[in-house]
Amino acid sequence: MTTHPQPREEAPYWSLPGLAEGARRCGAMVPGTFVFAAAYGTLAAQKGLSLSEAVLMSTLMFAGSAQLVALEVWSDPLTLGTIVSLAVVTAIVNARFILMSATLRPWFGPLPAWQAYGALMTTVDATWLIGMRYRSEGGGDASVYVGAGLALWAIWVAAAVPGYLLGAVISDPKRFGFDLVLIIFFAAMFVPLWRGVRRAIGWAVAGVVALAVSYVVPGWWFIVIGAVVGSIVGAFVDE
Amino acid sequence: MNDAIPHGAFIAILIMAFATLFTRVSGFWLMGHIPMTPRVRRGLEILPGAIMASAIIPIIAKVGIVALIAVGVALLSMIVKRNEFIAVGLALAAASLARACGL
Repeated sequence: MTTHPQPREEAPYWSLPGLAEGARRCGAMVPGTFVFAAAYGTLAAQKGLSLSEAVLMSTLMFAGSAQLVALEVWSDPLTLGTIVSLAVVTAIVNARFILMSATLRPWFGPLPAWQAYGALMTTVDATWLIGMRYRSEGGGDASVYVGAGLALWAIWVAAAVPGYLLGAVISDPKRFGFDLVLIIFFAAMFVPLWRGVRRAIGWAVAGVVALAVSYVVPGWWFIVIGAVVGSIVGAFVDE
Repeated sequence: MNDAIPHGAFIAILIMAFATLFTRVSGFWLMGHIPMTPRVRRGLEILPGAIMASAIIPIIAKVGIVALIAVGVALLSMIVKRNEFIAVGLALAAASLARACGL
């Protein structure tokens, strides 16, 4: 296996064409996001949220898995205990964003704080994957990251409405594999990161640890624990 | 704890939005306060792939053969032609086909 040289990484900057480029790079995730958002809208209606509450949650949270899990915990009316549970569940399901935001330090670090934190607010799995790929190609335009985020955010908010009003848009998303679309995108975007076997040692450790954790610890901890352990091991493997 | 909270849905949404915001910025903030030694930099370079591996492998194990086929098709497609539109399309088609065959 040959090792590929790491492309030189550009300093961060902003551009209008970058916003469009980011939106374009979301294309593969548009159908999946639409179906996922509609499913959220349908579930929100069943759980007794008003349409404006359902849309507000999508607008302010923009976090698919966390919103769906939160609706499972939701009760009508809400008690203090339920609200505390919702906050905890949200933080746990989104804990992977903590790691994702850490990976963006080398890219967004040189930006003024308000710009860097503004860009980070658009993070979801798909935009982070798009960003990592773009960065691994040596790109520096932060607008690509934000453009991807704004495009998916608009679809995520808008597609919840037909889901809420009309019920299931696609009666059985599993039949078309849409339940797997996010993991498919994770796998596809993994390939451009390949830089040879040495770096893959940490990734293999991450995968094995995550697998073991997923059998022992309930919920979403396996991503965070696997990724942290894999990175620490990888950091101590000599180049 | 068991009394209904006035405007509970609105308050819950705001609190969940804040919790999500916290996760989106805290790792970035933390890495700004850790000295960027070569070891830390190297760990940070490995982290993206480690996150992806940690998400993909347990979900394949949980979902089973259909997820394995879909991920395999996506990886192969990207190795052959580095186009994620084609990879996602082919992988969804493979998953649909596998499920239509009763897998």
